[in-house]
Amino acid sequence: MSSTSDIDSLIELMARLPGLGPRSARRAVLHLIRKRGQLLTPLAGAMQQVADTARECLNCGNVGTSDICDICDSEKRATGELCIVEDVADLWAMERSQVFRGRYHVLGGTLSALDAVGPEELRIPRLLDRVETEGITEVILALNATVDGMTTAHYIADQLGERVRITSLAQGVPIGGELDYLDDGTISAAMRARKAL
Amino acid sequence: MAPEKPLAVTSLTLSHFRSHKIARIRVDERPVAIFGANGAGKTNILEALSMLSPGRGLRRASASDMARRPDPIGWQLTADVLSGGAAHEIRTWSENGAARQVRIDDKQASQVALGQIVRVLWLIPSMDRLWIEGAEGRRRFLDRAVLSFVPGHAQIVLDYEKAMRERNRLLKDMVRDPHWYMALERQMAEAGALIHRNRRDTLLKLDAAQQDGTTRFPAAALDLTQSEGSMPESVKDLAEAIAESRFRDMAAGRTLVGPHRTDLHAVYAEKGIEAKDCSTGEQKALLVSLILANGRALSRQIGAPPILLLDEIAAHLDADRRAALYDEICALGTQAWMTGTGAELFDELGSRAQHLHVSETTGVSLQDPA
Ligand SMILES: Nc1ncnc2c1ncn2[C@@H]1O[C@H](COP(=O)(O)OP(=O)(O)OP(=O)(O)O)[C@@H](O)[C@H]1O
Ligand SMILES: [Mg+2]
Ligand SMILES: [Zn+2]
Repeated sequence: MSSTSDIDSLIELMARLPGLGPRSARRAVLHLIRKRGQLLTPLAGAMQQVADTARECLNCGNVGTSDICDICDSEKRATGELCIVEDVADLWAMERSQVFRGRYHVLGGTLSALDAVGPEELRIPRLLDRVETEGITEVILALNATVDGMTTAHYIADQLGERVRITSLAQGVPIGGELDYLDDGTISAAMRARKAL
Repeated sequence: MAPEKPLAVTSLTLSHFRSHKIARIRVDERPVAIFGANGAGKTNILEALSMLSPGRGLRRASASDMARRPDPIGWQLTADVLSGGAAHEIRTWSENGAARQVRIDDKQASQVALGQIVRVLWLIPSMDRLWIEGAEGRRRFLDRAVLSFVPGHAQIVLDYEKAMRERNRLLKDMVRDPHWYMALERQMAEAGALIHRNRRDTLLKLDAAQQDGTTRFPAAALDLTQSEGSMPESVKDLAEAIAESRFRDMAAGRTLVGPHRTDLHAVYAEKGIEAKDCSTGEQKALLVSLILANGRALSRQIGAPPILLLDEIAAHLDADRRAALYDEICALGTQAWMTGTGAELFDELGSRAQHLHVSETTGVSLQDPA
C-alpha cells in the first residue's frame, strides 16, 4: 500500500503543474515509470540539481543558477537598453526571439490594487536604481497589453520622467495578449515597432 | 424586404440549458414566433440566443444559473449563424459553473469576438419599467445599442470598468501615491472618452433613423445626462476631472465622475412628455421605436439589421400597434424572435414568419401558420 501512495503523491504533485490536470499527470507518471532508466532517474537528478542551485538574479530577477545571471554578468549586453518584463517567462520568450541584445528587468507581476500588488512588490525601486548605475539610455516597456500591464507601464514611465528615452512594444501584441503565448515572429515585429510612450 | 447579406441564426441546439435538456431548432431567415404555455421554456430560448453575443445574456444570469437543474454538469449552446455573407458555427458552454467558453468556427475565441458576428438587441418584460427605474438599466440598454454599431465597445467598457475598480480600491485603501492614480486615471480617461463618443454617435444614428418617417411608433427625443455636472468630452478634460475629484472620491470610496454616471434621457417627442411620465403602453412603444430605429440604422451601416429578441412583445400593445410592429419587422427584414403564450397572437404574421410551438412535455416543434 505504501508504494502506491508514493506514486499517488507524485501524481498529485505533477497535477499541480501548469497545463497538467489529474488525468494527464497520471499518464505522465505512468510514462516516467515505464521509462525509468532513460527518463525518470535523469529527471529526478536534474530536478534535485535545479532545486539546489536555482535562484533569482539579485540584479534583474531572472532565474538562473548564480546570484547574478548570465545576462547581467555579460559586458556585451551592457548596451544601455533595458527591457522591462512582467515575469521570467516573458524574458525567456524575448530571448527566444533573439531580437534584443540589452538587459532585462523582471517586475514579477503588474500593479494591481485589487490583488494587493503595489510598487514595492514589483522591484520598481530597484529599477530606478539600475537606470542610474548601469548607464541606461533607453527603457523598453514590454508589458502585456492589459489594463494592469498598461497601468504599470504608465506608472514606470511617470517615475522615470525625462531621465531616459522610454519606449513600449507596438504593433504585434494583440489586445489582451500575453507575451509568453506569442510566436517569435510576432515578438520580433513588436520589438522593432516599439514606440515612445 | 430581404437584406443582401442577412444576419440570421439558422440552427440552434440547447443542451442542458435551463429547462431544455436537449432542444434542436432549425429555421430560415424569417422572423420566428414562439408560443406555448407559461413555463414552457420560451424565454429560455431567447436567453440562449442572447448568449451568442458578449456578456451575461438577457437575464444577466451567472453561468451556473443557466445549467439545467437538478443535473449540475453544465450547459452548451451551438448555433449556425449567417453573418456578413458567411456561415459561422458558434459554440458556447460552461462546465461546473466556471466562466463560459466560446469557440467560433472551432477556434477558441473571446466573448468580445462574438460581437463581430452576432449583433442582437432585446426587449424583455422587466424593461417595461426601464424609464422609471434606475439609470443603470438605461445605460445598459444604450450600451447594447452602441455594441450593435461598434462591436469593440464591449472591450472598451470592460477596460474602463477594470481601471475604475482598481482606482476604487486605491480610494478605499486610502493609498496616496499620485503616480498610481495617474496611471489608472489616464486609462479611465482614454476609455471613458471613447465610451462617451460612441454613445453620442449612437444617439445621432438613432435620431436620424427615427426621423426617416417609416415608422408608426412614436419618436423619442434622446439626450445624455450626468448624475451631476457635465461629462468632460476630451481625454485630457476627463483625466483632469477625475484627478480633481480624487479627494471627494476618497471620502465617497468610489469614483464620482465619468461615463459610468451617464443616464439616457428620453422625451415622447410629439407630446413633449418625459418617458418616465408616459403611460405603460407609451413607454413600451418608445422602446419598440428605438429598437426598430436601431435596426434601420444598422441595416444602413452594415447591410443587415440586428437579430431582435422580443419577449412577450404583444403585452401592452393594442391590436393595431401589434400589426404595425409585425409589418415593420418584416419590412426591416430582421430575424426577430418573438414570444407569446397563444398562437393567435401571431396570426397576422401568417407565412411571413415561422411559428414555433414550445411545450414542457413535447419540446420544440415548427407548426404551420394559422
Ligand atoms: N437552471 C434551470 N434548470 C431547470 N429549469 C429551469 C432553470 N431555470 C429556469 N428553469 C425553468 O424553466 C422554465 C421555463 O422558463 P421560461 O422563462 O423559458 O418560460 P416561458 O415559456 O417564457 O414562460 P412564460 O410564458 O411564463 O414567460 C420555468 O419553469 C423555470 O422554472
Ligand atoms: Mg417568458
Ligand atoms: Zn540578471
